[in-house]
Formats: sequence, C-alpha cells, structure tokens
Amino acid sequence: MKENKKLMKGNEAIAEAAIRGGCRCYFGYPITPQSEIPEYMSARMPEVGGTFLQAESEIAAINMVYGAGGAGARAMTSSSSPGISLKQEGISYIACAEIPCLIVNMVRSGPGLGGIQPSQCDYFQACKGGGHGDYKLLVYGPSSVQEAVDIAYEAFEKAIEYRTPVMILGDGMLGQIMEPVALPEMKDPATFARLPWATDGTKTGKERRIINSLYITPDPLEAINHKLFKKYELMAERETRCEEYRCDDAEILLTAYGTVARIAKSAVDMLREKGVKVGLIRPITLFPFPSKVYEKHAERNEVKKFISVELSMGQMVEDVRLSVNGKKPVGFYGRCGGNVMTSEDIVEAVLQGEVK
Amino acid sequence: MAVFKKKPEMLTDVPFHYCPGCTHGIAHRLVAEVIDELNIKDHLVGIAPVGCAVFAYDYFNCDMQEAAHGRAPAVATGIKRSDPNNIVFAYQGDGDLASIGMAEIVHAAARSENITVIFINNAIYGMTGGQMAPTTMLGQKASTCQKGRTVAANGYPIHVSEMLSQLQGPAYIERCALTDVPHINKAKAAIKHAFRNQIDGKGFSLVELISTCPSNWKMSPLESIEYAKNEMMKIYPLGVYKDIDKEAE
Repeated sequence: MKENKKLMKGNEAIAEAAIRGGCRCYFGYPITPQSEIPEYMSARMPEVGGTFLQAESEIAAINMVYGAGGAGARAMTSSSSPGISLKQEGISYIACAEIPCLIVNMVRSGPGLGGIQPSQCDYFQACKGGGHGDYKLLVYGPSSVQEAVDIAYEAFEKAIEYRTPVMILGDGMLGQIMEPVALPEMKDPATFARLPWATDGTKTGKERRIINSLYITPDPLEAINHKLFKKYELMAERETRCEEYRCDDAEILLTAYGTVARIAKSAVDMLREKGVKVGLIRPITLFPFPSKVYEKHAERNEVKKFISVELSMGQMVEDVRLSVNGKKPVGFYGRCGGNVMTSEDIVEAVLQGEVK
Repeated sequence: MAVFKKKPEMLTDVPFHYCPGCTHGIAHRLVAEVIDELNIKDHLVGIAPVGCAVFAYDYFNCDMQEAAHGRAPAVATGIKRSDPNNIVFAYQGDGDLASIGMAEIVHAAARSENITVIFINNAIYGMTGGQMAPTTMLGQKASTCQKGRTVAANGYPIHVSEMLSQLQGPAYIERCALTDVPHINKAKAAIKHAFRNQIDGKGFSLVELISTCPSNWKMSPLESIEYAKNEMMKIYPLGVYKDIDKEAE
C-alpha cells in the first residue's frame, strides 16, 4: 500500500503531530523561527475541541502549561531561544512538580537577541537543566520533519510515563524546512487514562491533590532530588536513542545531532568515496545522552578520533569527551551566528585536520 | 453542647502559620465559607501564591496548585482553559500580584478569564521580612525604605482595583477590608459575588482585601487594625470599582 504523505513545514507538522498525540492545550507567544506553531495551533485547536491561547509572554505561557498540565491535560508550548530562556523559571517548577508537558525549542543563534538563523547554541540549556536547581528534561534532537513528527506524537506518552517535561530541540532549519511526512492516526483523548495525581478539581479532603515544588525542610527536598535523579537513570536505561551510520569499520567518527547530522551524513558518504573510513554517531536523545555508544567505539583499536560537528562554539562536544573519557582524541568543528556548514566544509576540515 | 459555628469543610485541620493579628486567617475562612455555601467543592482548584500565603495549599481542603511568584493568574488560566467546568480561584498578595505578577493579572483581567482572584493588600512584603511593596504608601516605612516611601526614591503606590477597573475585561472588582465585623461581612458578600460570577460564566472577578501585617508594620494587632482603618482606607478607598451587573441595570 502506498504511504499517504503530505508536504509540510516542520513547525506545522510538529503542531499537527502533537495534536494527534492528544495535545488539547497549547499556550504560546510569537517568536521567529517558530511562529508557525502558534499560528497553526490557533486554527487547528478549535477544530479538535482544544484550547489555543496566545499568552502575554513566554513566562505566562509556560505557567499556563504548568496549570493545565498539572490539571491533567496534555499541554504544550513552543518558542525559540530567547523565549525559552524566559520559560526556564516555569520549566524548573514543572520539573520539580513532575508535570508532564511538551516544550519545543526551534533554536536560533545567540547570545542575547542574537539572530533568527539556525543554531544549536542552546544544547547546554536544554540538556543540563536550563533553569535553577538540579533537574533534567527528556530532550530529543530530531534531524528530519518525519522524525520530529514521530517524536512529537509519542512525546506525551513519555512525558506521562516519567512525569517529566519533554523537549524537542530543533533549530530554525527544522522549523522552516518543508518535507513529505506520513502523519500518524489521531489519538482519542476520551480513551486516555485519568492521572491520579492531577489536580482535576474532583477531590477534596484526604484525597485531594497538591501540585507543588516547595519543600521548606531539607530532608524532604533532598528526597525529591533523589527521586528525580532515579527517574533520570531509568530514562537513561530505557529511552536513550542513537543512530550509528557507517560506524562499524570507521576510523574517524563524526558526531552530530539534528539537522547538522544530515549534513554530516553526506560528508561521511563523500569521505567514504575518497576512501576515508568515516562514520557518524547521531544522538536522537540528547538527554539521556547515548554515552555507551561512544564508549563502545572508543574501545575499538582502529578508531583514531572523534569529531563533534555542531552549530555552536562547542557544547555537545563536552558530553562526547565525557563519554570517550580520554581514550581517544575528541575534536570539534562548528559554525555559529546562524551560519551553517556545508558537507564540503566538513570533508575539507576532516581531510586537512582542521579540527581543534 | 450546641455548636454555634463550625470550621468550614473547605479548611483542613492544619494550623495556620500566620502571625498573631494577621488577617490572612480571616480571608482564608471567608473564602472557605463561601465555597461551602456555594457547594462547589467537587469541581474546584485553588492556586497558592508566593509570599505569606504560599502554604495556602495546606489549608484549603481541595485540589491545589502552588504557582511561581506572580504567576497565579497564568496558572489559573491554564487550569480553567483545560476544563472550564472547574471553579478556579487564585489567592495572591500585593508583591505577588501587583509587582512581579502585574503582567499576568492585567492580561487575565483583560481576557476576562473566568476565574476568581482574592487579592490581599497589606502594603508590605510579609514573608521576606517587611520590604517595600508596590502598594506601600508614601511615608510608610519598610525595610527597603527605612525612612518611609518617597516619590523621589520609589515613586507612587499602585492602586490595583482602580487600575484593573479601567479594562473592559473584568466582570467585577471590589475593594473591601478585614478590619472589623461589618467590613468582614461585606468582604464575605463580595467574595461570594466573585465566585458566583464565575459559576454564572460572567468572567474575571477580583476582590481586594485591605489587610494587616502587625509583624512587619511593627504594631500590635489592635494598632494594625487602626492603621488599616485610618491610613490604608484613606489611600485605598473601599467600594465597587466595576460590576457588569450594575452597568447592565
């Protein structure tokens, strides 16, 4: 049977996939290059009986997600770098209160107001917590619109299973590109299980629920921190995803995520044609980070080095180094400010050893 | 022994942490009585603020969410929009609502978000130890304006009820006081009106309550009541600032 594919812009496809995954509450604020998400949601949510609200700020939007998600709804927000910075307070509260939700960051170049072109300069912010306190998100770095659709569709299942915010870390390229996608079936929210912890307004007295992140005495708060990190360990065990491309006999291992991984993949093919044994490690989950894949290749005798290719000054490379743990050299090749490298740039950098 | 009046069902058995003479306890009780009387407890969610009332989630006997500083109206919006059948109320102090959360309250009011907001105005930051609030009055002393608030250094206090009533969105805005029995009875009627508006789908309702803070005002409870009556009520006149029911008449 021929697959029914539709040509869609990344932002719109992610919005539709989230709705098909059961999202019925979207709260957002305009910012380039993700504004097609709120625009699409504003038109689509009323058709499925959901809520779209353009909030007064990113801060308000994430707190609306806190409220709706805490009340048991599948709630989502999206933004781009400066807007995600504003959401960090709310994300920290959401992580501590263990409210499931979906957050999309179509990263643009920074720091400051920066630019509107693609970038991966928010990797640290996404993967190391982002706001105040010890916490993590489940972070995905999809490299195609289809992969973003598949992740957005299942995001709420993961968010609810682990009671954690899920972040899709894209970039301006992923948000703006148009690609053919196969959209999944619409899930029926009427079939979703009730969430016993959610403040849906139905319980009083001893059975009532409290959504909170305040623990004024040290012991209970320390226990919460340990509980969160146990959850992250479980996520590392069960949710870590990574693609290995032509890695088996590779002597040089490129590593990249998101849209950059596609550019790096072409570079691998070009280098292979020249007889250079190159492979690509592509993390799909950025947290949990697929450290074991790097460890495995670092142990192989024929591997000479790893090179992290990023649209940043070098962020994921730190996790690569931690994973390789000094067993092999780890280099870096990056562009930033909204500039995007070509496959030829990567080929040249590898051939001329132009990496740090 | 005959029971004259019981603790409202909507209050838990957790003892209030509030200082002696603080009027938060009265405000909590009024809200709880109103909820009992309106029989809305089976589909009710409350939001606690940051500030002295941060532990409100321990006292109100229903599903509760604790919001980040100033964000209660946004959290309330999320809860209400996710299930409009729920009655949603936010309980906020003056630092929370009128300083850091000004954008959230203005926009919730402008959207006529169908929620009920209880706004405690005691003209000072209580929980953090008596710093100047956006509602601290000219000349009033606070730990961050130790010689009294001046226009030159701090500008003017914000009149929340007056300001919000200029918007088209709100259904009902009234300022009451918790200083004595007649005022307390009036405050209860206002709170009831604000909840009833939500039940009837009329939109955003806010009741501002002139309250006391003996600990940080550095006064006895009785002196505090007198201060609220003689000083605060002069600067913050009581009354109905907006009521779409009255406008329609």
